[in-house]
Amino acid sequence: MHEMALCESVLAAIEDSAKANDFAKVTKVRLEIGRFAGVEVEALRFGFDVVTRGSLCDGAELIVLPVPGSAWCFDCSETVPLEDRLDPCPVCGGIRLQPTGGTEMRIKDLEVE
Amino acid sequence: MMCNVCGCAGGGATLETDHGHHRHGHDHDHHHHDHGHDHDHGHQHAHDHDHPHDHDHDHDHAHDHGPGGVIDYGTGPARAHVPGLSQSRMIEIERGILAKNDEFAETNRARFAESCLFAVNLLSSPGAGKTTLLVETLKALSGKIAAAVIEGDQQTSNDADRIRATGAPAIQINTGKGCHLDAQMVGRGVDALKPKAGGLLLIENVGNLVCPAGFDLGEAQRVTLVSVTEGEDKPLKYPDAFTFADLVLVTKTDLAPHLDFDLELLKRNIARINPSAEVVCLSSKSREGFDAWLAWLAKARADWIEDLAREAEARAAQLRRSLTQGLSA
Repeated sequence: MHEMALCESVLAAIEDSAKANDFAKVTKVRLEIGRFAGVEVEALRFGFDVVTRGSLCDGAELIVLPVPGSAWCFDCSETVPLEDRLDPCPVCGGIRLQPTGGTEMRIKDLEVE
Repeated sequence: MMCNVCGCAGGGATLETDHGHHRHGHDHDHHHHDHGHDHDHGHQHAHDHDHPHDHDHDHDHAHDHGPGGVIDYGTGPARAHVPGLSQSRMIEIERGILAKNDEFAETNRARFAESCLFAVNLLSSPGAGKTTLLVETLKALSGKIAAAVIEGDQQTSNDADRIRATGAPAIQINTGKGCHLDAQMVGRGVDALKPKAGGLLLIENVGNLVCPAGFDLGEAQRVTLVSVTEGEDKPLKYPDAFTFADLVLVTKTDLAPHLDFDLELLKRNIARINPSAEVVCLSSKSREGFDAWLAWLAKARADWIEDLAREAEARAAQLRRSLTQGLSA
């Protein structure tokens, strides 16, 4: 449900951009989705197909660029790379970690005609 | 038109007025207004977390491309096309998907600071005891501070009715099919509610541990509730709702003796997801722990006001420095 809402936001931002940059058809959309953004990529793809039907993005290819996760480790006081939210710190093995990177969701760029 | 934030059908989100007699359908047209340029709000949660360290946030974007914002990549397919025929080109957007919500959140935040209105966003799954907590909190604070409430639910004004029974002003926002409150809904709620300056604004989000977590409302503090009946692993199953909480309230502690509930395990799980969150355990019914919650609220508000005052003093000092460098002899 949440992914559908995100797709609506993406489409609205693209429609804004279409007015500002004068294009009528989008062939490719590249999104950056962080590891910890809470986004299910398959649900996002499904949502994108549904939401963009009949719009200027109809049929556009959706490319999701993953952004790796990182977190602040409270035990070694450092920013460390983190694959899974519940993984221990790869440096010290501590489990008290707060995500600092990979929480973002961004529209990177578009290929348009 | 569908709301581009929550995906609800146009007009689905309704805002009950103060008087509770009629509702306005929201139009979400502004989402499609052309704002001229794309700001880049890279952060998802703009409120300051009081962490004992410097975060290493990677802001590797933030360049503003202005109204045109067109960048043609030299290697893009456009170069291969004959002029006059259909050309593909690349448009760099570099915009957070929730940038619009974040803009509204910043507007709310500035407005709350301006009127010294301490805003708290309460998150939990349905039935964790948010409304009961608010009712008891309002009763306890009655006569001490002006408090107003924004209630988010998909349907009904039952919660706002319960709040109003305490004498506090409340407004119900029905999100329709929407699964969370967004910053714009809250802004409109504040417009209608007109909370008193210097007071307290309690925002009860839609009962949902997933979607509300991603939407900054401009609040000063975020509180996530988890009741003892929900199981100790809630923070691990739904980390996003806990990651950015300033306080985790463990509710319904009066029921704990009837359950196989391990408070220490829950606390460990909270600390694992959010090591800097404070934890307070309470029962709105038996009042056990309730004073600790009120004390947290008072301290968080005092700290927030102190921060605002420091910013204002720094600004005043800056202005006075300009004065000494001015036209004086």
